[in-house]
Amino acid sequence: MTLFNLFGKRTFAHGIHPEEYKATTKEKATRRLPFAPEIIVPLAQSIGKPAKSIVFKGQQITRGEIIAEADGFMSVPIHAPVTGQVKSIDIVMTAKGEKAPAITITTSLSSGQLILESDIQQDYLRLSRTELIQAVKNTGIVGLGGAAFPTHVKMSIPDDRKIHTVLVNGCECEPFLTTDHRVMLEKIEQLLGIRIAMKCVDAPKAIIGIEDNKLDVLSAIKPHLPDDGSISIEAIETKYPQGAEKMLAYSLLGIEIPSGGLPSEVGLAIFNVATLAEIGALLPAGRGLIERIITITGDTVEKSGNYLIPIGTPIRYLLEYAGVSGQEIELILGGPMMGLPIQSLDVPVTKGTGGLLVLDKHATKQGDVLPCIKCSQCLQACPILLNPAELGQLAAKRLYDIMEEDFHLNDCFECGACSYVCPSNIPLVQYFRIAKTLNRERHLQDG
Amino acid sequence: MAKTPLKIDLRTSPYIRKAPSVPQIMRNVVYALLPIAAYAIYQFGISALALMCTTILACIGTEALFNKLSNKKNTIVDFSAVITGLLLGMTLPAGFPLWMAAVAGFTAIAMGKTLFGGLGFNIFNPALVGRAFIQAAFPVSITTWTPALASDRFIEFIPSTLALPFMKPLATAEWSQQVAIDGFTGATPLALMKFQGIFTDSYDLFLGSVAGSTGETSSLLILICGAYLMARKMLDWRIPAAVLFGAAVTSEFFYFMDPSHYPSPAFMLFSGGLMFAAVFMASDMVASPVTPLGIFVFGCLVGFLTIIIRLFGGLTEAVMYAILFANAATPIIESYTQPRIYGARKKIQEKS
Repeated sequence: MTLFNLFGKRTFAHGIHPEEYKATTKEKATRRLPFAPEIIVPLAQSIGKPAKSIVFKGQQITRGEIIAEADGFMSVPIHAPVTGQVKSIDIVMTAKGEKAPAITITTSLSSGQLILESDIQQDYLRLSRTELIQAVKNTGIVGLGGAAFPTHVKMSIPDDRKIHTVLVNGCECEPFLTTDHRVMLEKIEQLLGIRIAMKCVDAPKAIIGIEDNKLDVLSAIKPHLPDDGSISIEAIETKYPQGAEKMLAYSLLGIEIPSGGLPSEVGLAIFNVATLAEIGALLPAGRGLIERIITITGDTVEKSGNYLIPIGTPIRYLLEYAGVSGQEIELILGGPMMGLPIQSLDVPVTKGTGGLLVLDKHATKQGDVLPCIKCSQCLQACPILLNPAELGQLAAKRLYDIMEEDFHLNDCFECGACSYVCPSNIPLVQYFRIAKTLNRERHLQDG
Repeated sequence: MAKTPLKIDLRTSPYIRKAPSVPQIMRNVVYALLPIAAYAIYQFGISALALMCTTILACIGTEALFNKLSNKKNTIVDFSAVITGLLLGMTLPAGFPLWMAAVAGFTAIAMGKTLFGGLGFNIFNPALVGRAFIQAAFPVSITTWTPALASDRFIEFIPSTLALPFMKPLATAEWSQQVAIDGFTGATPLALMKFQGIFTDSYDLFLGSVAGSTGETSSLLILICGAYLMARKMLDWRIPAAVLFGAAVTSEFFYFMDPSHYPSPAFMLFSGGLMFAAVFMASDMVASPVTPLGIFVFGCLVGFLTIIIRLFGGLTEAVMYAILFANAATPIIESYTQPRIYGARKKIQEKS
């Protein structure tokens, strides 16, 4: 099919092979975490417009009821993760570093696992495409792989585009994280979710793509696959960033998603497997997304594992529960390659959080930044085949416009492979993030 | 937990890295050069040792001096000056006067490296800049070769080695005749080819039992040491491969035209400094392109120019100028060989 697929493993060009660090948690079945005494639910948990709060201070709320409504098309509703009382609706710290409005809930002592069921049970098989997409939106689901893009928006394919395949992303290429792995082993609803997604985008077939370090998933899922062959599962090479949409499309089908374009342009719709599993579980019951699976891991974590955690649980509570030794640590929401650094223990878990990683500061210390010696390792790592060395030099000279116009800066999705291999410790990805931000500001000013 | 305040560090992703550091890479290049240096000392004795020590010390000294003058952080620890010195020493004839070698070392670092801003910013390979300078300044000494494996080589310096600064070195022709095992002419295989039309056997060239510069004689050893670096991913195999490819294709072309007049590709590949330069000089990361196609073009250009200068130029040794020329062409090569990115759209679509 493609040159790379001729030689054994199916994969994409370039990329890196970081150590996996998944062994400590991948065998651990998902466990439920107790409710934290206080839950902080930010109104902006996804890409797009924040939800609008519909509760008032002091109001009693029940687990599962809607507490904030979607504000327009690019927005999703938020459901109450616990039963309790609204303590405040105020500005709080968020993982991105900026303060944003959130509903703080004092958990009721009697709060149980009971969920306020929706009045209408969704008979999803009878719904039309538009109604089904609306039902997806009502669950409040967003991309659980980390991007937190509203799923119903992704499913709303323009009429002039025909989707031939749904790609289900179960690669989980970030080291340390094992949430998708557990979801695929434990949640049989994922297949229902895949069928719903196929109906929403009107695609005849779906392929589940996993990295070949999760072969146990193959045997777990295969017996449940439909006989007509419309859903299949395929293992591809374990390589970072295999789980990026563009890489997955190329590894599985040899299709390139055009620069700056959406997968639908080449007839693809790509969803994270955990997202579809949640849709499969929530939508038929008419429920909303109130909890998610998170990997809590790191060398100094005593009870590392995969936990089912109510959205809005503060990091402080997770750390206390899991037990962290060591005085100087780094906390990361997400994986070690693309995760967000967090600076406050009061930051809550949101819909897009896939992991809490605790790194020993000394173990990951990096050396001084030295001049680029043009070793070209970054060129051989970049999955988009960019020229990070040249981009880095241009960034140092602040020639951000040239980076964008002549060196495809905007095709960089910040996977971090270039920084990972740089012998001079140049923070290339950070340079690129700054360049993109400044370019965006400049474009806004230019109108 | 929570009893002692936690200290949290903030960085941006990625938080894990795995790459050899720059000093590690440079140190390994030095390790790879050591067997070649040892073989040179075995061949040429203490003169070769003194020569390489002089160039290394000159390079380190110059780097230190300029660091001090510009109030910069000490950059000697990154080992790049040691490499420059070692490479420079290896490209000189074993009996090269030490004071001239020191001048070469100074020029290499001062004009080839520091002037451009230090490691990472040099346009040319510093060792070659140093060598080019003294090639122009001392054309006789740099083409005076002495026989290898002289009987007293571990006790006695080659007469020209210890020439006093600014003095003309002693002539070595007579000495060479005395110590040589059998009829030594002082001419390298390339000079023999060029001026007398004698072709040395490629097998001797491959093993290194011929006259030549200190570290350049044994192609076999150079290839083994290069393979070590390539295996450790500290040397880009594509550059030496492209250089040898370019040289082979070009010389094959002329050999095919007239085998009696032009030497065979095998002779060209294994003679003179080509192998050493291909593996250790052209592959200098800083002064070569980074783009995949650019690397190939760069290497072929070096190989092509080397053969052209060797066959039609006035000099016997050509690879140095070929590399310096290709170094200068690196920016323009890069600008025309930017990689095609994933998902690139056709140009027509881009403009609309």
